[in-house]
Amino acid sequence: MVRLRPIALIAVLLLLWQLAVTRNPIHILPTPWGVVLGIGDLLQHGLLFKYVVASLFRVTWGFALAVVVAVPLGLIIGWNRRAEMALNPLIQILRPISPLAWIPLAILWFGVGDLAAIFLIFLGCFFPMLLTAMNAVRGIPAVYINAGRNFGLSSAALVSRVLFPAVIPQLIIGMRITLGVGWLVVVAAEMIAVSSGLGFLIVDARNAGNRYDLVVAGMIIIGLIGLLLDIGMRSLQQMKSLRWSYSED
Amino acid sequence: MVFTRDGKSTSVLNDISLTVSEGEFVCLLGPSGCGKSTLLSTMAGFLSPSSGEITIDGEAVHGPDPRRIFVFQERGVFPWLTVEGNIAFGLFHLPAAERHQRVAHYIKMVGLEGFEKAYPPALSGGMKQRLEVARALAVNPDMLFLDEPFGALDSITRLVMRGELLRIWEAERKTIIFVTHDIDEAVQLADRVVVMSARPATIQQIVNIDIPHPRDISSARYLELRDGIFQQIGLAHKI
Repeated sequence: MVRLRPIALIAVLLLLWQLAVTRNPIHILPTPWGVVLGIGDLLQHGLLFKYVVASLFRVTWGFALAVVVAVPLGLIIGWNRRAEMALNPLIQILRPISPLAWIPLAILWFGVGDLAAIFLIFLGCFFPMLLTAMNAVRGIPAVYINAGRNFGLSSAALVSRVLFPAVIPQLIIGMRITLGVGWLVVVAAEMIAVSSGLGFLIVDARNAGNRYDLVVAGMIIIGLIGLLLDIGMRSLQQMKSLRWSYSED
Repeated sequence: MVFTRDGKSTSVLNDISLTVSEGEFVCLLGPSGCGKSTLLSTMAGFLSPSSGEITIDGEAVHGPDPRRIFVFQERGVFPWLTVEGNIAFGLFHLPAAERHQRVAHYIKMVGLEGFEKAYPPALSGGMKQRLEVARALAVNPDMLFLDEPFGALDSITRLVMRGELLRIWEAERKTIIFVTHDIDEAVQLADRVVVMSARPATIQQIVNIDIPHPRDISSARYLELRDGIFQQIGLAHKI
């Protein structure tokens, strides 16, 4: 019964929404039923699946590239005090710039298309991942590094056998948050830089005839897929071999 | 040994001269914060002395070495490796068969049979400490540096662990340098107790503990040596 409560709450809210909109003469929101019909409409035209795949494709590439570049770079910068002192001011200046501010440059460099969108998602994911990796390395207890050195590990072995395993828990938490950021950025990027995907669906539905049922349908699909992505990352976090952390004593 | 931090320099160790023989069990005893852990870290090569030199077998120490393993005050076992994985950590240069055999031997020695595949968060404090000792012994070092290894354990486990350590020492005859602030612990374990003063630490006295193992801790000689150290540190043995 307890598990059904959130579902019951959503059902009640949907009902209230339906009642509020049908009783109000001014058309400021589509009804839930209208949204369901809108989703049906999208399914019928084969657009829903196409747009979801397009958005996921861009997020996957942008996120994966950011992880692949930012994690090794962050580990090196966090490990090397001189590199950190040199690069930290630059990172701190670039980091607060919203990826959306890069849209004009992205279009100038990559044109209107997938590459521009992927670049924007990459930017949105890059800085959170970089900072996560830097902080994770700095947070490794000195005792692990000293123990690794004591057993005569080479620098390469110290990285692969001590530094890397020691930072994995934080990296996974960082990836979970970063994927959420990537999913936020893709919608915005698709509103301007491309002509497919869920972000495009929302702008297009408004521009081409004020189809607010499709706008809200797009929003709900975005929310549901974001939830699924988060559940996926959380299951990674709970994998048995990765679940240790060094805060237990 | 002088440390500099925020422009202020603190002299931690001053005029320390100590010679330890092979196979000897030496305790460094002193009040908290006196610098005995610093001395141990310097001997192990984690710190370099600001003046003076540490030599082992005639060679100056310039860094940590797998022939001399440090057992840390904080628990230094790797939480991402199983019990087996931790003990095998320093054995990467051995062929697999020999590695397995060594791991099995030390798991048995420290009584962790049945926990081979367990991860450290599932172990008790005493088990983790035994695991760390096993990981250190597995690489067959000449020397062990132990930095208050039993400090975080409850008093019963601590007593058991002291017995275990003596048993291992008698079996393997490693040179052991053991830091503690517990006078009883020092007198129970060591061949010699090096009594250190408050910071900057100097060696106040070196006490030979001439009681054979197993030691009777209510014998007259034990009490006499222990009370002598209490007085040396300036504590009347009364509460």
